Amino acid sequence: MSVKVLIPTPLQKLTNDQATVECQASTIADLLESLEANSPGIKARLCDDQGELRRFVNFYVNNEDIRFLEGKSTALQDGDEVSIIPAIAGG
Amino acid sequence: MTQAISQLLDKTHYFKGLKCKECGAEYEAKAIHVCEYCFGPLEVNYDFSSLRGRITRQDIEAGPNSIWRYRQFLPVETNDPIDMGTGMTPLLKSHRLARQLGLKNLYIKNDAVNMPTLSFKDRVVSVALTRARELGFTTVSCASTGNLANSTAAIAARAGLDCCVFIPSDLEAGKVLGTLIYGPTVMSVHGNYDQVNRLCSEVANTHGWGFVNINLRPYYSEGSKTLGYEVAEQLGWELPDHIVAPLASGSLFTKIYKGFREFVEVGLVADKDVRFSGAQAEGCSPIAQAYRENRDFVTPVKPSTIAKSIAIGNPADGAYALDIARKTNGNIESVTDAEIVAGMKLLAETEGIFTETAGGTTIAVLKKLVEAGKINPDEKTVVYITGNGLKTVEAVQGAIAEPFTIEPKLESFERALERAQTLDRLEWQPSLV
Repeated sequence: MSVKVLIPTPLQKLTNDQATVECQASTIADLLESLEANSPGIKARLCDDQGELRRFVNFYVNNEDIRFLEGKSTALQDGDEVSIIPAIAGG
Repeated sequence: MTQAISQLLDKTHYFKGLKCKECGAEYEAKAIHVCEYCFGPLEVNYDFSSLRGRITRQDIEAGPNSIWRYRQFLPVETNDPIDMGTGMTPLLKSHRLARQLGLKNLYIKNDAVNMPTLSFKDRVVSVALTRARELGFTTVSCASTGNLANSTAAIAARAGLDCCVFIPSDLEAGKVLGTLIYGPTVMSVHGNYDQVNRLCSEVANTHGWGFVNINLRPYYSEGSKTLGYEVAEQLGWELPDHIVAPLASGSLFTKIYKGFREFVEVGLVADKDVRFSGAQAEGCSPIAQAYRENRDFVTPVKPSTIAKSIAIGNPADGAYALDIARKTNGNIESVTDAEIVAGMKLLAETEGIFTETAGGTTIAVLKKLVEAGKINPDEKTVVYITGNGLKTVEAVQGAIAEPFTIEPKLESFERALERAQTLDRLEWQPSLV
């Protein structure tokens, strides 16, 4: 599946300053591997030593937080848009 | 010697830079808010060693009657901050509410009358926009549930900064009007606050604006520490035993804690254990749920409550708030929308303070904690009221009395008065007459 990934500013150094990248992946877990293959080091920023997503990282698939979907097992379809967003303060 | 001390206090600032709250990585004091290595939130890092034992209570008391009396503890360099008289709101000793709840030592910190826009947000925005100016921003922005939009728009107007704010499209009319009057660009977004916030973090990446609660967040959030400083000062330079405050993102709660600890660190108040209890609306209570279930992580929820100003389903500082409530032997509790309205009415009828839904939530949680025996009647307890009820009139419409419509005749008045006196009164009230 070809998906578009929105990369937040703190990670753009790892993607040659690209704010969006195209990836081939069938799940979020898959996507993490695919990102790592293209941008070595990115997975360690997003995941802890156990390979779980860090608690201040939010993943969205087409505007839905993956914690309301299937987490890292969330399936991806062609054309999906995945956003990676740091946790944000109140207002 | 005296001269040396005054030079020390004249030093413009004591903050060194930013530091990741998770991994400790250090950064320059720029407009960034996320750690590049672990995504943790960045916090302002200070060196108070040269203030310790040297800054006195008298120095602070001689300062402006606003949050800027604590300038040395805030992350700005200027001697000329944006000062609209923000802060130094009343700390009232409660008599009637306290008596009804059975508390002997209850105080109300009333930010419903904070300046200029009647919520605690004026504290954080004054700090954020002062810092934004220092960092060279000419446009400031925010994602808001209403109060922050009011405050950002007003203080930007005063400072001559361009302003663009983002709000969810279902906000209370008073909060929308109370933003538009200052002339900012307002984007009303189809979506809840969490979605608005997500959009804003994407905009912040691309437009080079100063978003008070995103890229300026480390500076912004420090403004809430003044709610801790002021209470300590207004209690006669001592810390309370217990505080009860609303929880949305959890930031305010953690910064009151930080404020108390800093005053202890520099020797302005004696050290003391302060219990921290947090209040959420049941329709958006991810932190209270995590507390009840003994989790150290917060699972996001989709908000559904009248308490829109605290309806944050994905609270950024939730885990830190949990940690503080637990380590201080406090509690985190939630209440229903009906209890929130009852809380608003209770505060109004007993203390003459008309707060918004967030304040109703806090009062309702205070009541619930007292009834559950979780607040000792003798504890010096401070309840934080953070916003004004005139902004959320929708919440209480239908829940309060109607006026008596009468003719301009004595007879008509007497008849109506008789009717009024036979209506049910609050059951506890006759005992006070």
